[in-house]
Amino acid sequence: MAEAAGVPAESLAGCRARAARTVLDQVVLPGEELLLPDQEDGDGPGGAGERPLRLNAAARSRGRVVCGPGLRRCGDRLLVTKCGRLRHKEPGSGSGGGVYWVDSQQKRYVPVKGDHVIGIVTAKSGDIFKVDVGGSEPASLSYLAFEGATKRNRPNVQVGDLIYGQFVVANKDMEPEMVCIDSCGRANGMGVIGQDGLLFKVTLGLIRKLLAPDCEILQEVGKLYPLEIVFGMNGRIWVKAKTIQQTLILANILEACEHMTADQRKQIFSRLAES
Amino acid sequence: MQTESKIRADSGTEPGPRVPGCSLRHFACEQNLLSRPDGSASFLQGDTSVLAGVYGPAEVKISKEIFNKATLEVILRPKTGLPGVAEKSRERLIRNTCEAVVLGALHPRTSITVVLQVVSDAGSLCGCVWPCVGQITSQMGEEEHCEPTSQMGDNGGSVAEEARAVLTFALDSVERKLLMSTTKGLYSDTELQQCLAAAQTASTHVFRFYRESLQRRYSKS
Repeated sequence: MAEAAGVPAESLAGCRARAARTVLDQVVLPGEELLLPDQEDGDGPGGAGERPLRLNAAARSRGRVVCGPGLRRCGDRLLVTKCGRLRHKEPGSGSGGGVYWVDSQQKRYVPVKGDHVIGIVTAKSGDIFKVDVGGSEPASLSYLAFEGATKRNRPNVQVGDLIYGQFVVANKDMEPEMVCIDSCGRANGMGVIGQDGLLFKVTLGLIRKLLAPDCEILQEVGKLYPLEIVFGMNGRIWVKAKTIQQTLILANILEACEHMTADQRKQIFSRLAES
Repeated sequence: MQTESKIRADSGTEPGPRVPGCSLRHFACEQNLLSRPDGSASFLQGDTSVLAGVYGPAEVKISKEIFNKATLEVILRPKTGLPGVAEKSRERLIRNTCEAVVLGALHPRTSITVVLQVVSDAGSLCGCVWPCVGQITSQMGEEEHCEPTSQMGDNGGSVAEEARAVLTFALDSVERKLLMSTTKGLYSDTELQQCLAAAQTASTHVFRFYRESLQRRYSKS
């Protein structure tokens, strides 16, 4: 279904704008222009051509379309800036036109507000800790941003500790700031990550895949060995099982499952469950 | 992922030094082959092969930071010996073209470093370096894909030495407009226009190759 629309466009190599609907789930290259659904026929509300009034659900989708990662607004069209697959999510409550974004494979993390990440404390200076999150600059974490921390009661954080927190300030112009409490003042799982365990790095796409609501990899891994696991959106995973050998096996499985199909994964899990 | 493709364009005669033809050699590419850099690619055209890696957006030295865009740095290492003046001038050429294409304004006060290593050189070095750079910088965010074709010297090392002139152009993916041109040798106005037209025709094949290799790369997800 998507193939047929892709083939004639290839011969022009994207030198004309295509409707975003026809390119969903296909690979797009930087420089391509996409038309939103309400611009496909006619020139827009002030156009010279006559457009029939559509009394169906499609007419309602004219609203605010959110342009996600990998896309930019260019006039009234969307310009692709990263290569990857184009995705779309329908709006939940019926208002707005949904979200469009490009799923790309990337290893480098760029801080985004609200993301939960695993950081490594690199320096303690005065009242703040400098935390390396894998971005272009270290994030700052105030010592008061922990649950139950006061000026007299400082948290027990040393250089080299692992921290799980979320960004409250993260844009291209300012230094990122993170905290280990939520808006109500509770830790909610954030804070210093305990002793032992293994921290390793994977691509950002794998993290998003593992954190998707319908991911079976995590359930299968949980049935294999009892474990503690923390996912950071910056591509870092911390894992801890009963023995070092089990921890290493789990780390290897999670790194490898990016490139395996579901069948290969099931084979490996069944082989491990036997031994 | 490895993709190979053999392209013979329509006017498939071997170009001599006077008649610009359009015959591309076999090319192949492999992506994400290195584990350390944030992105890497290897591109092979005929017997010429270049390996590229990109790091970024990463920390930048205070002395080199630019307040409103990313600092782009290109390092080109020859196959043997220390890098010299020719490498420096090529690095500058690549950097200037990439700055026009990469959206540096999205990552101010960061650095993007592109490292290129010549693995083997049989004449079409300029033409090989670019696809590498294009494949990996597309992870950073680009306004358009940029692509080079080399004319009049595109048939192997010995012909490049005999050719009267070697012209290399970088074209953009959206409208095939000229982004960069570098030339060496003696040629006339009409020959320049003919070469540019031949490069634009050849670039269609290369962009199709990019698209196929990216589709293969994303086919597993």
